[in-house]
Amino acid sequence: MTQLAEKLHPWVASGRPAGGPRWLQDLRERSAATFSSLGFPTVRDEEWRFTNVAPITAGDFQLAGAPTGLSPALADGLPYAGSGAHRVVVVNGRYSPELSRVGGLPRGLTAGSLGAAINGELQADREIVQRYLGQLADFNTRAFAALNTAFLDDGGYVHVPDGLILEAPIQILFVSSGESAAATVSYPRCLIVLGDRSQARVIETYVSATTNAVHLTNAVTEVFVGEGAVLDHYKVQQESEQAFHLGTMHVHATRSANFSSHSFSLGGRFVRNDVLATLDGEGAEVTLNGLYLADGDRLVDNHTTIDHARAHCPSHEVYKGILGGRAKAVFNGKIIVRQDAQKTDAKQTNRALLLSDDALINTKPQLEIFADDVKCTHGAAIGQLDEDALFYLRARGLTYYEARDMLIHAFAGEILERVKVEPLKVELESQLYTQLARDLAEVDAA
Amino acid sequence: MLEVTNLQVKAEGKEILRGIDLTVNTGEVHAIMGPNGSGKSTLARALSGHPEYEVTGGTVLFEGKDLLEMDPDERAREGIFMAFQYPVEIAGVNNAYFLKAALNAKRKHHGQPELDAIEFMQLIREKAKDLEIDQAMLSRSVNEGFSGGEKKRNEIFQMTLLEPKLAILDETDSGLDIDALKIVAKGVNAMRSPERAIIVVTHYQRLLDYIVPDYVHVLSGGRIVKSGGKELALELESKGYGWIETGAEPVQA
Repeated sequence: MTQLAEKLHPWVASGRPAGGPRWLQDLRERSAATFSSLGFPTVRDEEWRFTNVAPITAGDFQLAGAPTGLSPALADGLPYAGSGAHRVVVVNGRYSPELSRVGGLPRGLTAGSLGAAINGELQADREIVQRYLGQLADFNTRAFAALNTAFLDDGGYVHVPDGLILEAPIQILFVSSGESAAATVSYPRCLIVLGDRSQARVIETYVSATTNAVHLTNAVTEVFVGEGAVLDHYKVQQESEQAFHLGTMHVHATRSANFSSHSFSLGGRFVRNDVLATLDGEGAEVTLNGLYLADGDRLVDNHTTIDHARAHCPSHEVYKGILGGRAKAVFNGKIIVRQDAQKTDAKQTNRALLLSDDALINTKPQLEIFADDVKCTHGAAIGQLDEDALFYLRARGLTYYEARDMLIHAFAGEILERVKVEPLKVELESQLYTQLARDLAEVDAA
Repeated sequence: MLEVTNLQVKAEGKEILRGIDLTVNTGEVHAIMGPNGSGKSTLARALSGHPEYEVTGGTVLFEGKDLLEMDPDERAREGIFMAFQYPVEIAGVNNAYFLKAALNAKRKHHGQPELDAIEFMQLIREKAKDLEIDQAMLSRSVNEGFSGGEKKRNEIFQMTLLEPKLAILDETDSGLDIDALKIVAKGVNAMRSPERAIIVVTHYQRLLDYIVPDYVHVLSGGRIVKSGGKELALELESKGYGWIETGAEPVQA
């Protein structure tokens, strides 16, 4: 065994699931092999230049076992537990029938266990899973996605059949139970497939059941949006202050599909979100919105890739961050415009507000354009609050603190107001503003 | 109401005001005129507490209190209002929400009950009409995407809402067409009262056709070089600022 393989060995050596259909077993084996040959990324990898994963690779993470202590009442009390009308609960990567509430779903819609869809009675679901699972996520070059796939067995699953317009949002609640004294790792997986001309709202929330639980969440979500389908997707990450979170979402949007993503990172000590969206059909549209709060010694890294593969596709991206303490943030927004993708219209904006002198952000737009008749704009703005705006508000009688809070809330509000699920928006505002108030009190005390 | 004595102000390290003496009583309208760079806007901004203007000497008393000791927001709550020459665009802050916060900050300061959303909307609907402020301007972000005229009307609208004791208009006429100017002037004139004083800072006499001042002061080189009645403004209009700057007395025709 080479030195690299030896180092990686503990990650894939034991605890890997074995059952399931042949194709799944093959997928796991291939992924484990890919992971072993890729190894963990280092800061020499362009994609990981500013984010050193050493705290993860050096950690001793035990595979999280089947959870025991989580009652429905406890689950109801978790942050964002009531955001959706239907609730799929996945604990430590495993679907929990006791905690989930998926009764009364419209005919033809499946929302629930990925494991059940893989092995279940419904041929339609089995076929969909085999067609899309592991097909959208790139685990050939991405070590963490490969590692997740090596453990693929269960998770969340949503399939909206052709033509179904689903008004009520579906929530997939990923919980890390953190009940073990040791640091744990789990590999949540999610597959969301929207049939042609269907419409849905899906909310993924990532939380810890125990405050200060040390755990690593290595999550992969694959999303397929059929022709003319509309998906409004939310991801809220608010795990414990000691949590490591690696989340990758791969989206495939087909002809005239419309995909919107709203990403909120409010927790965890080490957070890396990768969003990759491919516009693979004329007239497809992708919107990526993001808001993150980094304080204390936290690290929040957002990497997005929008891949324009076909002509006449617009994409819109706005990511905003608020940084305090000694926090570190990274934003990398890649836009690829392929040779065939004429008439592409891509807009990207990235802004960060620094509340303290010690906070740091590395930000980079990355445009790779191979077509000649396209419109691509990008802009980044990093800085403190606008002094002129502060003075203007104060000149009207608002105290410095009132004026400052108003401006910070306005900064975050641009992303928050795009949330179309009201209970989610209300809770996000409350969680964000509570954390902000704490951070600002720290700034004032300093 | 306002007593400025030997006020000296620096901006960006440069001495701009070199000893201003000015007394403004309630019920009076004073016009401050002067050529570009004479310090008229500096005077307005220094009185409002702009952090980029450093007071290096002199005193300012507002109703007997030391104004220079007060933060800008405290000055505002005490009753000083400056209409900005360049109103700031504030993305994401709803104009009506901002106005309500400003009004309630002042009411709270004076021990009055805060207005709720319904009371506030009733109040602004009344006040908005005269200044041709429409619903769209109230529901947009503060000044964002407003035309020059809309911004200035929004300033005067804020003034009528906040009912200051002392209003300072910093070149409110700049960039306004005659129709907008008339609307603004009408708003200001409606605010004239024996309990209130107004300082109009302007480069041009035109505004003073509509807002007729009781006193006119001419600023040059950071000092008030001449004071007089409203006829002084007309004199400036016909002769320009040249004779003031050279310090020569105008030749009587």
